[in-house]
Parts: sequence; structure tokens; C-alpha cells
Amino acid sequence: MTAGVAVERVSRDIAHAMAAFALGLALLMAFLLLAGFDVGGALAALWRGAFGSWYAFTSATLVRATPLLLLGLAFTIGGRAGALNIGMEGQFAAGAIAAVAIGVHGAGTPAAIELPLVLAGGLVAGAAWIAIPVILRARFEITEVISTLLLNFVASAMVSYAVTGPLQEASRIYPQSAPLVSGARLPHLGTGSRLHLGFPIALAIAAALALVLNHTRWGFRLRAVGAGGRAAHIVGGINTTRVIAVALLWSGALAGLGGAVEVSGVSFALYQNLSPGYGFTAIAVALLGRMRPALVVVAAIMFGALEAGAGAMQRDAAIPAVGIEVVEAVVIVAALILAWRRPR
Amino acid sequence: MNAALAVAFGTASIRVATPLVLAAIGEAIAERSGVINLGIEGGMLAGAFAAAVGATHGGLMAGVVAGTLAGIVVAFVFGAIAVWGRTDQIISGMAVTLAATGLTGLLARRVWGVAGAGLSIPTMKAIAVPALATIPIVGPIFFNQPAITYLAYLMIPLAGWLLFRSRFGLEVRASGEGPAAAAACGVAVARVRITAVVIGGLCAGLAGASLVLAEVGTFSEQMTAGRGFIAIAIVALGRWNPVGIAVASLVFGAATATQYLFQAAGTSVPYQLFLVLPYLLALAVMAIATRRHGGPAGLGQTH
Repeated sequence: MTAGVAVERVSRDIAHAMAAFALGLALLMAFLLLAGFDVGGALAALWRGAFGSWYAFTSATLVRATPLLLLGLAFTIGGRAGALNIGMEGQFAAGAIAAVAIGVHGAGTPAAIELPLVLAGGLVAGAAWIAIPVILRARFEITEVISTLLLNFVASAMVSYAVTGPLQEASRIYPQSAPLVSGARLPHLGTGSRLHLGFPIALAIAAALALVLNHTRWGFRLRAVGAGGRAAHIVGGINTTRVIAVALLWSGALAGLGGAVEVSGVSFALYQNLSPGYGFTAIAVALLGRMRPALVVVAAIMFGALEAGAGAMQRDAAIPAVGIEVVEAVVIVAALILAWRRPR
Repeated sequence: MNAALAVAFGTASIRVATPLVLAAIGEAIAERSGVINLGIEGGMLAGAFAAAVGATHGGLMAGVVAGTLAGIVVAFVFGAIAVWGRTDQIISGMAVTLAATGLTGLLARRVWGVAGAGLSIPTMKAIAVPALATIPIVGPIFFNQPAITYLAYLMIPLAGWLLFRSRFGLEVRASGEGPAAAAACGVAVARVRITAVVIGGLCAGLAGASLVLAEVGTFSEQMTAGRGFIAIAIVALGRWNPVGIAVASLVFGAATATQYLFQAAGTSVPYQLFLVLPYLLALAVMAIATRRHGGPAGLGQTH
């Protein structure tokens, strides 16, 4: 592929992503108009919340983009191997539980020791949570789609149990955990900013994933399996079951890390409904980013802006933030249809 | 377990199983045509919302009709995207469920404000079937139920006839087992698939209506809580045929109803354990059921 073709492809991908995104937003606004909401106020609040100021951009948009990026990359790893991890919401919760279980202990421990433990806890818990679907797929040929999906509900019940049982705060009044000790918290980037170290970590992981996918043998195998499992097995002698299992485990691990980063960088405690559906939004992020890490970064920031704007919309224009799910759905469908029309 | 408790447990099982069997039969018809519809969760949710609105303004019948229509609309949107648009069925289905979640959430706030629905929704009363309801234990369990449960009983033979005795059913199964071969024999695969998906949506809408009008008695955001996805597992456990699906739904109904038993007995086991029982059961049965029978050969294939 020549450089000119590559540039043309990337610019077309970005144009497609923008078009899909704009379509979703336009449909939401049309719906709000029909339902009798104040559309002008909604758009103004959306913009103000996402890009209205440097503070809004870094402390709202980029903070929201961080879990979306980690989960979007998680979906990408599985997706490039042809496996759909619909259970990121559950792995995110598992990662958050583990991170909090570790991070409420060890007051006075330096962050250099505590923080890696907390983040590693999230990684391991996420991988452990997806291990069940991975085994079901490898041993019984059960599609990971339904099994990961069902485990989301189990994880949600586990959080509910944790915050009213073993991890509940000391006074036992509120359904939430004790706050993380200071060493377990991700440092903020700059005083007065809510943006934390999690964002650059997520960017570094995106870069690493791009490298692995495009320049290593494992990445090549992964893409070969995703492009055509039987061919990869017959011609390339690739153990497809194994490649998919490893890809899904990494996918779960990254989603678990997403949960750990969220509690360690933003909420500092565990509570019910920690994720406003990040696990599903991230599917839209990954598809909009055409499951290529660099584009996934762009898509995550776009959706981070949308989520941040939705928060402002709910506060200022009294429009429920759940409406954003409509935009996500439209973006997913538009991305699918554009992908199908594009000659591969 | 004494008789009164057994009846209470059995009645609760059937009540929980009713929306599941309706949704799962609909999903089975769609899957038999080769389309797996994860939008069924969204269809149920839309059906539940529309039923709540319809029943508030026009009574029970209006609620059932509105719920059914909503299910049909959602399924048609999914069918148009997945069958005509030839997109990945799984992801399109997820997108449709997401959209339904967002739209019903927005509309619910619009209609009822933050207070939510509830107070004003009429619910279906149990109707005792003469003679049958007097059979000890079994009678009151199966034959002292709301009308929509009897409709669900009726759907079982009806769906069996549709799938295995009608010309349309033959085309549905042909489109599911081998879409290319079916097309070569003159079956309009896309049209058959869309029709099957829409029939499935009708059932999902009914399921949502039954959830609101006969089980819960109110609408809340995301109230279906994965019942549509459980229905997909039930389809696999019931081996894609209506009688099997009915039995499987009953198993899930019973699994959910155990929490009432234990609540009555007053144990110290955390309630979340009972909450997750149906989901874990769904996982376990898929491990057993899908292995022996993989379902329609062309399931999930675009055509």
C-alpha cells in the first residue's frame, strides 16, 4: 500500500466516523424535538459540557473518554480475532471490586507500591471474570456473546452484595465502600484538574496494542483468525481456539483495568451503577474506530465528549442522559452499514 | 413443603415464566429462519413501556395491543438493519436494544416525570378456569392465572403448527438451515426472515406487556433486566421447539420463584444470590443444551 492510498483510507475512515456520529446526534435531536424537549437548550448544554472550556474538555470529556478508551481497546482485541466480548460491563465491575478490595487497605503505603497492586488487581479480576465464557467457548463451543452478556447481570449483583456486605463502609449506612487510601489513587494531572494518570496510561496501551496487532507474530495470528478462522487453521496451521481464548482473556483484562482505573482515578470508592453503561458505549467506540487503536482513541474522545455533554444536558436542560444511548445505537448501525459497503 | 406454599411457589413460577415463554417462542421462530435477534430485549422493553402507557390511558386491552405493536416496530427495525442491511446480527441486535433502552428511558421521564409509573396502571386479575382450577395443587397453579398466561399456553401449539405444519414454517426452516439452497428453490429468504423476525417481535411485545400488566404492575427503566437474553438461552435449552421451550421457561420461572420461598422461610442468605440464579442457570444449561443440538445450521449467517 502506498502512502497516498493509506492517507486516503484514513481520511475516509475519519469522514465516515464523523458522518455516523453526526447522524446519531441528528436523530437524537429530531426525537427530542418530537417528544417536546427544548432542543436548542439541549445542544447548547451538550457543547458547554463537552468543549465549553479547557476545564470541561480535560476534566469532563477526557475523564469520560478514559474508561471508554480502555474498554474500546478491550473490545478491539477480541473483535480483531472475531470474538465479541459483550460482557465488558461485567469485567469492568469485577475489576472495580478487586481494585477497591485492595485499595482500601494499606494506608500510608507509598503509591509506587500500592497503585501497581490496585491496577494489577483490576487486570486479573477482569481476566478471571471472562475466564468462564472463555472456557465455555473453548470446551463446549458456546458463543461468548450470550455467556459474557449473562455474566454482566451476575457482576452487577456482586457489586450490590459487596457494597452492602463485605466491602461496605465502616458506618454501614451507605451502600458504598470505604474510600481508597491515598496511595491507591491515580495522581491528577495538574492542580485543579480532574484528569488523572489513567488517560495517558490508556493512550500508551493504545499505542502498544497498535504495535502488537500490526508488527508481531501474535498480532498477525490474531488478525488471521479474525479474517477467516478455518483458513487460518488449515493454511496457517494456527490453533484458532487458543488464539481466540488468549484474545478474550486480554480483552477481559483490559476491561477489568478500566474498572480499576475508574475507581482509582475518579470515584475513589465502589458503589452500585459505577458505570453508566461504559461497557456498551465502548462497543460503539470500537466499531466507530474500525477496531484500529489510533482511530479508537479518536472515537473514545468523541464519545467522552458526548457523555460529558449528556451530563450537562441532564443538569441544565433536564433531558435524561439515557437519551445518549440512542446516539450510540445509531452510530453502531451506521458504522456497520458503512463497513459493509466498503470494499475490504 | 405444605400445600399452600407449593401452590404459591407454583403460581409464582408460572407468572415469571409467562413473559419468558412468550419471548422465547418468538425468538425461536426468528432463529429457525436463521436470524438471532438480541434486539428481543429491546422489543420486550418497548412492549413493556407501550403497555404501561396504553393501559394507563385505555385500559388493559389497549395496553396489550400497544405493547404488541411496539414489539413489532422494534423487530421490524432490527429486521431491516440485519436482513436488508446485511449487517452482523449480534451487533445490530445489541444496537437495537441500546436504542430501545434510551428511547424508553427518555419517554418514561417525559410521560411520568421522575416519579415513575405505577399507581395508575390497571393489572390483570387471575381468572379461574371452571372445573380445571379445582384440581388439587395443579389446578390453582396452572388454571388460576391472568388471561395472558392462557394466551401463552395457546401460543405453544400455535407456534408448533406454524413451524412444522404450515407452508410458511417450511420456508422459515429452509431459510434457517440453508439459506442459499432455499433461495435456489425459490424461497424469498429475506422476506421470510423479516416476517419471522416480526412475528418474534409480536411475541416479545406481548411478553413485555405481560411483564407489566400481569407480573410487576409498573414500568421502570430497564425493567426487563436481561429477560430477553435469558429467553435466548431458553430457546437453546428448548432445542428450538415450542414444547421444549415451554418446559425450559418453567424451569427458569421456578429458579426465580425460589427467592420467594426463601424469603418466606427467612434465611440469612444474601438476596443477591437468588437474583443471579436465573443467569447462572442460563449459563449452565447452555453448556449442556447447545452441545447436543447446535440449532439451525444457517443461524447468524447473512444472506
